[in-house]
Amino acid sequence: MNLRYIIPLIAVIVLFLIAFLGAQVSGLQYVFGVVIPYLAILTFVLGFAARVIGWSRSPVPFKIPTTGGQQKSLPWIRHSKFDCPEKTWQVWVRMALEVLTFRSLFRNTRMKLKEGGRISYQLELFLWVGALAFHYAFLVVLIRHLRFFLEPVPFVVQLIENVDSFFRMEIIYPAFKFGLPGVFISGFVLLAAVSYLFLRRLFVRQVKYISIASDYFPLFLIFGIALSGIFMRYVTKVDVTAAKELTMGLITFQPTIPAGVDAVFFVHIFFVSILLAYFPFSKLMHLGGVFLSPTRNMTTDTRARRHINPWNYPVPVHTYDEYEDEFRDKMVEVGLPVEKMPEPVPAEEPASDSEPEQEEQKE
Amino acid sequence: MADETPKPEELIQIDHRPPKADWMEVPVNIRKGMYCYASNPKSVEYLGLPHARAWNPLDDDWKLPENWQEILHEGFKERLGKFRSFKIFMDTCVRCGACADKCHYFIGTGDPKNMPVLRAELLRSVYRNDFTRMGKILGKVNGARPMSIDVLKEWWYYLFQCSECRRCSVFCPYGIDTAEITIMGRELLNLLGLNIDWIATPVANCYRTGNHLGIQPHAFKDMLDFFVEDIEEVTGVQVDYSINKKGADILFITPSGDVFADPGTYTAMGYLMLFHYLKEKYGLDVTWSTYGSEGGNFGFFTSHETMKRLNSKMYAEAKRLGVKWILGGECGHMWRVINQYMDTMNGPTDFLEEPVSPITGTKFENARTNRMVHIAEFVSDLIKHGKLELDPSRNDHLKVTFHDSCNPSRGMGIFDEPRYIINNVCNHFYEMPANTIRENTFCCGSGAGLNAGEDMELRMAGGLPRASAVKYVHEKFGVNMLACICAIDRAALPPLMEYWVPEVDVTGLHELVANALIMPGENERATDLRAEDIPGREVVEEVEEGQSDGESEEQADE
Repeated sequence: MNLRYIIPLIAVIVLFLIAFLGAQVSGLQYVFGVVIPYLAILTFVLGFAARVIGWSRSPVPFKIPTTGGQQKSLPWIRHSKFDCPEKTWQVWVRMALEVLTFRSLFRNTRMKLKEGGRISYQLELFLWVGALAFHYAFLVVLIRHLRFFLEPVPFVVQLIENVDSFFRMEIIYPAFKFGLPGVFISGFVLLAAVSYLFLRRLFVRQVKYISIASDYFPLFLIFGIALSGIFMRYVTKVDVTAAKELTMGLITFQPTIPAGVDAVFFVHIFFVSILLAYFPFSKLMHLGGVFLSPTRNMTTDTRARRHINPWNYPVPVHTYDEYEDEFRDKMVEVGLPVEKMPEPVPAEEPASDSEPEQEEQKE
Repeated sequence: MADETPKPEELIQIDHRPPKADWMEVPVNIRKGMYCYASNPKSVEYLGLPHARAWNPLDDDWKLPENWQEILHEGFKERLGKFRSFKIFMDTCVRCGACADKCHYFIGTGDPKNMPVLRAELLRSVYRNDFTRMGKILGKVNGARPMSIDVLKEWWYYLFQCSECRRCSVFCPYGIDTAEITIMGRELLNLLGLNIDWIATPVANCYRTGNHLGIQPHAFKDMLDFFVEDIEEVTGVQVDYSINKKGADILFITPSGDVFADPGTYTAMGYLMLFHYLKEKYGLDVTWSTYGSEGGNFGFFTSHETMKRLNSKMYAEAKRLGVKWILGGECGHMWRVINQYMDTMNGPTDFLEEPVSPITGTKFENARTNRMVHIAEFVSDLIKHGKLELDPSRNDHLKVTFHDSCNPSRGMGIFDEPRYIINNVCNHFYEMPANTIRENTFCCGSGAGLNAGEDMELRMAGGLPRASAVKYVHEKFGVNMLACICAIDRAALPPLMEYWVPEVDVTGLHELVANALIMPGENERATDLRAEDIPGREVVEEVEEGQSDGESEEQADE
């Protein structure tokens, strides 16, 4: 048994029970529906800001971009603009490719040691596909949820809903009904992608070896969020009007707990609150960090534009004069030019005795 | 090579599956052949770095200062405050594992702590414990642990099994750069006097004599004179050169390794021939320097401060000699320092001029403020303008492939200049597979100060991916020469080739250039710079005029 995923799993189950049971107690609905969401959002906003401010407080003393392509040098050599960006707009493109398409992950290869010592590196895109599916499905789900916080529902949200529910799946039997309301693919993609990311941690040995509790916890939590959402929408058929009354109450600072909101809804909203509150203190902050990474977000024109280090301080150096003082005689002997000719040595002393002379000249 | 180094067929038995036990439970085993000797206290002392003492990595007692944990904690904190990179890299890793099999040391050893992510976790685990709430509360389950003597030893062992090559950072979705983490880690270790001697002593040498090898000025001149004799033997031309010459046009700085040991010496000879040619033909006045006789900077492997101390000589010497700009020779980490650090640390360079090639008039716009030009940029521009008379058939006995050195690749982006030069001085050039060159290039296995003799097993294992790619082109195309633009490569790759692909030799770019360069007044060359016969040249052919673009002034010079 690996505590690194058992503990987060237990934690998420406990969180589920707290919300599920807590919501049955009449007085506590206000806590789960109003108090905790407010606290979570506050923690998220303040925590996120504090984290980003904390990062930006540390200066970037050196320009250290990772160059992934040909530098801009001679005019007839083709410059790799987006892998070795020289201008700021090129950095923007590099960053956009990174943030929007996960370009570095797209380079991923898998090393295999074959017989006879030959090593092969094959393109390996499962992680890239999984990561893209996860993040974009999550994004679509988030945008769809704007419906619960905006009145009237903006056109963009409706558009995305239409695209998301493009594939209609309806199973209508007296005993089993599925597909009404329309099926949103994003929720299922999210669930599948989260499962893939989890199974990867479990079954790819190297990844399992490096994974820690805080890698599993958000996966379980997001799994719980997606599952409770899907459950509400397709199985328990939550009263959407009531749910929206609650969320609109939150956003307009007139919180209410309408009748007809079931326990699964409280579980869902509790999980989301936990995720928000946990976010700033976890690796999920890669959302902010990816924009601030000095190996990606800087230009590579380090020789053409001087970068300033705010804490650059003078350091002890071995000056040329000190150097020449030590080696002057030897330099003169072989005809190397010197700044200062050696002082004439008194006649009675042998000329080769250079040791004490050095001491005199040091001053 | 150490006798105990396993044979290639033993070393290739690599198991990449991590052990069952939690990595924190696996104690560090400092193994012979995998580590470098501890720093000589005299070297540490000479530089005034803290806690100089004799110590042995194999001993239980590392003779640490009493408050060593406090020193590390404070040092960690200070660096988090000074380097955003460090802070971001401690915080944003999601352990996706994309970097895991990108490291040559992991590929070559199978040791899971050589996966870049885990190398970083060695530090991150302490960071979580010391600086984050979540880590403090959850402890080991969440990958946090307090600093202890065992953790310290693990740091030391694995931070000196990283060559700061940055290959992992190419694949990281957040650009997390293990080189940066290793740099910080080594800085912290240096606060406790825990350097390796292969770094500490070159640094002390460089500080005192101007170069890592401790060559004193008169000896440096002797060595160049020796090359002059060798060049005369091969070409019949007595080349002229200057050292420490005030008022020269350009100061030339290159790693001292090339002045000292084969096959780098042939590259050094190549430089001398090139500069002689340029002086004869175009009156270009290039000077070498003894005070600035080192391009490399092992200070970079010690601490940012030490790097700055050693690097200061380049600009100081350029200023003293009153040159217009600086030309830098072939070297790896030297160019990362020059390209990404030098101007920031030791600029501004108002005493120099914006670099312009006096021969072609080309402005090196990309070196506008830092004012140091890479010799491959300089020479490819000369060739492009037809300023060098070349006979590439003199390299016809060589089937060449090119090893992109880590730092010029991922810390600078110089890929096409050297290739352009090779294609103009050689007729047989073959690329290694795409996943092993350019920004995906593999380290020689000995970078960042690890090319000692005592860690030969580590070096051979770490160099396996590179060697394997060379072997591939050797078998497929008959490649017999591995060209590179790095002096550490020229020291590290020959034993690596001898171990894995003994049929392949190693050369610098400018050895190839010099072989092809038609010197004014030269004899008909029957041998290359290594004094080896050029097949088919025993009977000498006339050099045809107009082989290169043949500028009219050039011919007038004849």
